[in-house]
Amino acid sequence: MTNQSRIRNFSIIAHIDHGKSTLADRLLELTGAVSERDMREQILDTMDLERERGITIKAQTVRLAYRADNGHDYELNLIDTPGHVDFSYEVSRSLAACEGALLLVDAAQGVQAQTLANAYLAVDAGLEVIPAINKIDLVAADPDRVAGEITNVIGGSSDDIVRISAKTGAGVSELLERLVEQVPAPSGDPDGPLRALVFDSYYDAYRGVVCYVRVVDGRLRSGFRLKFIATGETHDAAEVGILTPSVKPVGALEAGEVGYLITGVKEIDRIKVGDTLTDAANPARDPLPGYAEPKPMVFSGLFPTDGDDFERLREALEKLRLNDGSLMWEAETSRALGFGFRVGFLGLLHMEIVRERLEREYDLDLVATAPSVAYRVTLPDGSIREIKSPQDLPDPGSRISVSEPYVRAMILTPTEYVGPIMELVTTKRGEMGNMSYLSPERVELDYQIPLAEIVFDFFDLLKSRTKGYASLDYEPADYRTADLVKVDILLNAQPVDAFSAVLHRDKAADYGKTMTGRLRGLIPRQMFDVPIQAAIGGKIISRETVKAKRKDVIAKCYGGDVTRKKKLLTKQKEGKKRMKMVGSVEVPQEAFVAALRVDDDT
Amino acid sequence: MANVDVHASKAATYVHIPFCSAVCPYCDFAVVAGADDRIDRYIDAVVAEIELSDPWRVLDAVYFGGGTPSHVRPHLLGRILAVLRAHHGIANEAEISLEANPEDFSEERADELLGAGFNRVSFGVQSFDDVVLARLGRRHRAVDIVSSVDKARRAGFTNVSVDLIFGTPEESEKSWASSLQGAIDLRPDHVSCYALTVEPGTPLQRDVRAGAAAPDPDVQADRYELAERLLPMAGLERYEVSNWARPGQECRYNLVVWAQGEYEAYGNGAHRFLNRVRSHNVRRLDAYMDRVESGLRPIAGADPIEGWDVEIDRLFVGLRRSAGVGTGPGVESLIETSGGQMLLREGIIEVAGGRLMVRRPLLTDEVHRQVLDLDPPQGWVESTNPDNL
Repeated sequence: MTNQSRIRNFSIIAHIDHGKSTLADRLLELTGAVSERDMREQILDTMDLERERGITIKAQTVRLAYRADNGHDYELNLIDTPGHVDFSYEVSRSLAACEGALLLVDAAQGVQAQTLANAYLAVDAGLEVIPAINKIDLVAADPDRVAGEITNVIGGSSDDIVRISAKTGAGVSELLERLVEQVPAPSGDPDGPLRALVFDSYYDAYRGVVCYVRVVDGRLRSGFRLKFIATGETHDAAEVGILTPSVKPVGALEAGEVGYLITGVKEIDRIKVGDTLTDAANPARDPLPGYAEPKPMVFSGLFPTDGDDFERLREALEKLRLNDGSLMWEAETSRALGFGFRVGFLGLLHMEIVRERLEREYDLDLVATAPSVAYRVTLPDGSIREIKSPQDLPDPGSRISVSEPYVRAMILTPTEYVGPIMELVTTKRGEMGNMSYLSPERVELDYQIPLAEIVFDFFDLLKSRTKGYASLDYEPADYRTADLVKVDILLNAQPVDAFSAVLHRDKAADYGKTMTGRLRGLIPRQMFDVPIQAAIGGKIISRETVKAKRKDVIAKCYGGDVTRKKKLLTKQKEGKKRMKMVGSVEVPQEAFVAALRVDDDT
Repeated sequence: MANVDVHASKAATYVHIPFCSAVCPYCDFAVVAGADDRIDRYIDAVVAEIELSDPWRVLDAVYFGGGTPSHVRPHLLGRILAVLRAHHGIANEAEISLEANPEDFSEERADELLGAGFNRVSFGVQSFDDVVLARLGRRHRAVDIVSSVDKARRAGFTNVSVDLIFGTPEESEKSWASSLQGAIDLRPDHVSCYALTVEPGTPLQRDVRAGAAAPDPDVQADRYELAERLLPMAGLERYEVSNWARPGQECRYNLVVWAQGEYEAYGNGAHRFLNRVRSHNVRRLDAYMDRVESGLRPIAGADPIEGWDVEIDRLFVGLRRSAGVGTGPGVESLIETSGGQMLLREGIIEVAGGRLMVRRPLLTDEVHRQVLDLDPPQGWVESTNPDNL
């Protein structure tokens, strides 16, 4: 049993590629948790996708034994956090398990929007933030400038910032010493009723749900009957243990400690991240603060390009959910795309990761509709309905108002791009908030902006207008009423659901023009003229026409051609049977897919 | 027009002559150039194939196609005709037709062909524009056309047809108009107009894939419509998608095919329809000859047309005719489908006077696709199917 005064619980906060995983590896090595020989690069990132994209999706945790220069032995618990704001709730729960955070900033790239977002979360959570500048061995490193940026964000003095190279190990020992000195020890009541925070969980095929927990008060003993306060469920503590990083069962976790808990529960959504568990026999009165249900922010229809894959898609989603309780979906039927699912995601990155995993790990070929957000519609009877799919938006006559989610967007940019960004944000209905200089060359811009604009094409436009130098992060803000309309795309007077979109009235004409133009180029000519229209309610806002085919006949059909031509035309007919019928218009699914995919390229 | 379906009871025969002086870049038929040393052996093989086949009916129409039948010395073609006459019999008024290239047609050849028994000649004119002729890889020039048709007429051919190809990317509207006028000025009995088609495996397809201009279907539609306007003014009535004739001068061999009549066929790659089976010969020249020389019939494949397919087949071969097809269970079924309804609504087909007709010939393939997909109407049984055979 370790005295709480010798425990330090901390996270590392860093932008993608600023070296978080490398630093974690170095810490493991320095504390002897993993021998150099066993060292696999970036040991904490276990999923292929994580390693490839340089991001951490599921938090992991590890206990390190460290003898400090003062001669005392310390138990350091490194609690890994997802690096992206899509997972800000998960980040906040991980941070809630810590007393301190290492803020790691790349010596060349400097502070990025994500760094900021997570640093603010850490500060808000009352954590002791220890800044460090990484990659000082790089030729392009400019640690003095970066130190200035950091102090502009979190205060303090540039001289106090540790400069390290996680790659070479330079400065890492000093950082460990800082950690022991500056991060406060846990201060829970070791003798009170048990309160432990579930700050993460994952699904193991053999063990079921494995929870990561931080004991705040009391003691979590193997064999306890546990009560989960938010869900109200009780489960036995079948196994309690620590990660060193290999799994090591222990009899109990004491106040201030971090470890894992296995209860035998198989369904990941029965145990909620952020929940407080307590002793069912001697329950604590109040849960730990901060619990929330994961809330999808971005929605997209996912359809298998081959209709036969519908069941496979369902199974794949279910498998993904074993490890991702935030993934939610409902079945959706589209006239254009067939059977699929409307899937809710925490954010754009989450969406991309899920799509990529579905395609890569489950070998599915998918079409995704343009991402949308959840609108809140006030109905005439005063009730509020949440709309996750544009098709569900009631007609103007059947609603009082529509409001949309806003986010607080933080953009960090070299000063030279401030003009183009302000222009962009204005066209995206953003409202300027604070503007603060991190250094003479770099500035942080704060905006309130509709999430719908962010998910539409804001990222791409920001990237292209700032040559990739600006970084963006956002967090949910409030809902605001706006003049929103539903634009339908009609093919020969029949609406094509996959292209319906909820947009601000000012953007409707552009959308209509783009989509009708795009479809005109993709829909094959028919036996008759096919009008493609964009409409708001009954009002047509743009129109294109796919002109009727004029010639569809083979030149010759003589005695020698009969069998061959018959076969050729039968084959063509079979091809047509695979087309989707929109009214009497035959459209190859590829046309719809292409119309939806163009967004990916712009 | 006269009842086109009477041709269902006529007997026709096709003879394939694969030899050419050069292969045109758009051609995907069973043809061969530079193989003149094999002509004699081939003629022997065709003769042998005729003798291997069951004696059939007295022929009402014989059609020598190719390749280039006129590339072969007339007496060899005459020999085949003589064997056909001895084996099956040829009716006195039979149409005996051959395809010819203008450059092959000397006065002497014209006389010999007439003497061999031919009474109809179909010239591969293609265009009166030398630029287009060159692009099509043709060996003749506009000036050759007039003289060869003249020779045929003077020798005594009373039934002369010319083939034209439209929609070559190099062809202008004016060029096509003058080709049509050039053809009309020959006072032909029959004109065929074909849209240039990029067939798989042809040099033309390779060119197009390499970036050469491809025929534009809308331009081809314009060209076709011009033919539809000009040819009738010269007394030539359209009786099939690509064929116009003076009334009574329609190609009888083809009328038999389109009326779902039976036709025998000889030569490499030749197709026949006999006893409700559509079958075809070995396509490769040497393989064909080897086969026949071993005393075997050179049939490479056969598709029996049975049950409901007989009705589908009747519509398939018949619908390209202006006169269309007589109504029956297939037509009944077609107009019940949503596709058939669309065709009616768009004026692409019409049912009138007990017949189903394609009113917009340029869209015939869509009609065909719908037809090929038809199911028998409710309560259909095979015995109720009108049997033309």
